[in-house]
Amino acid sequence: MSGGHDHAHGASDLALRVEALEALLVEKGLVDPAVVDEIVRHYEEDVGPMNGARVVARAWTDPAYKRRLLDDGPAALAELGFGGDEGSHLRVLENTPAVHNVVVCTLCSCYPWPVLGLPPAWYKSPAYRSRIVREPRTVLAEMGLELPAEVEVRVWDSSAEVRYLVLPARPDGTESLGLDDLAALVTRDAMIGVAKVRGPSDG
Amino acid sequence: MCHTIGRVNGIHDMGGLHGFGPVRVEADEPVFHARWEARVFGMVRSLPGQNLDAGRHTLEQLDPVSYLQHGYYGRWLASMERVLLHLGVLAPGEVEARMRVPHAAPARGESEWSSPPARSFARPVDRTPRYLAGQAVRTRNHQPAGHTRLPAYARCKTGTIVRVHAAMVYPDDHAHGRGENPQYVYTVRFASDELWGADGEPGTVVHLDLFEPYLEAA
Repeated sequence: MSGGHDHAHGASDLALRVEALEALLVEKGLVDPAVVDEIVRHYEEDVGPMNGARVVARAWTDPAYKRRLLDDGPAALAELGFGGDEGSHLRVLENTPAVHNVVVCTLCSCYPWPVLGLPPAWYKSPAYRSRIVREPRTVLAEMGLELPAEVEVRVWDSSAEVRYLVLPARPDGTESLGLDDLAALVTRDAMIGVAKVRGPSDG
Repeated sequence: MCHTIGRVNGIHDMGGLHGFGPVRVEADEPVFHARWEARVFGMVRSLPGQNLDAGRHTLEQLDPVSYLQHGYYGRWLASMERVLLHLGVLAPGEVEARMRVPHAAPARGESEWSSPPARSFARPVDRTPRYLAGQAVRTRNHQPAGHTRLPAYARCKTGTIVRVHAAMVYPDDHAHGRGENPQYVYTVRFASDELWGADGEPGTVVHLDLFEPYLEAA
């Protein structure tokens, strides 16, 4: 490798390099720029945490759906129209008063794309990947989630093709909310397991 | 004795490493931080003939300094270029030469792309799983000179099987062109003190999804 795209070469060089590479691959007939446009648009607009949030809101309001979701994640996701790459072997992990789940991929950055989209930078960072398996309580506290000692913390390292989505606890004070309002409360971080879902009265 | 250091162990295998500092969370983070990241992602996803395991292994072969400096999409770019050079699609120096030539954005035609269907990694096999849920297992001192999905921190550790999955494509072989060789996958739970000794945090456990060849009966 030339090493021509490390940080020392700067962002504009990197942009130029990728433009040159794409131009070459287009000329060689290996890449269709319109297809690249469409893939980028799909992952910027069609998939993201709003998908997972709909799954969570449905599970909170429909006990039969929740059972199906915990029993067979991909089938329950398909009911809502979600699926695709990185979702074939999805498992949903339910947080309870006694158990808190948190997800990582220490070897690369495996992540449940169909329900959460592409992972945030911190999920891919060496700090998160190295530390969350060794000191999850400390990392979660640093990220703003203090868990009582009696709550068991379960870390799930996505080391094969199984992908994990956390089903967070439904916050108090949301009994009157409908699916859309509930989904609006559900954050990406809560579905990774580094946050709780805050209710409307939690400020 | 279980040795956990060997020449094949890479920087990508980060579980349990010290020294990376706090997790820095960016508020309202965009999906891509720069247009080049988006183009790299889209190009890699659209290139034909993908082998996910081989792709991961190519990323793992970056030298440790480059691995850390490149960042996530920088690694994708370096890995893509490495593969294209290896295949002879790109000649050495071809990208650098092209960078010196002004070029306009490529013309767009009609796009035929649709979101790819889910790819299952499960495969039928004519044998039953060797281990059962609830059984204690020990991970082997498995350090092949190539790709594996057994993290270093989980070698030579005793845990309990909590779930038996289907047999799935075995990355250790598939990454190296040795076929799919499907193997049963088990979710195994490890106590923190088993993994980290006295430094393990009380009341925490780690689950990993491990292929049958990584395991032996405890």
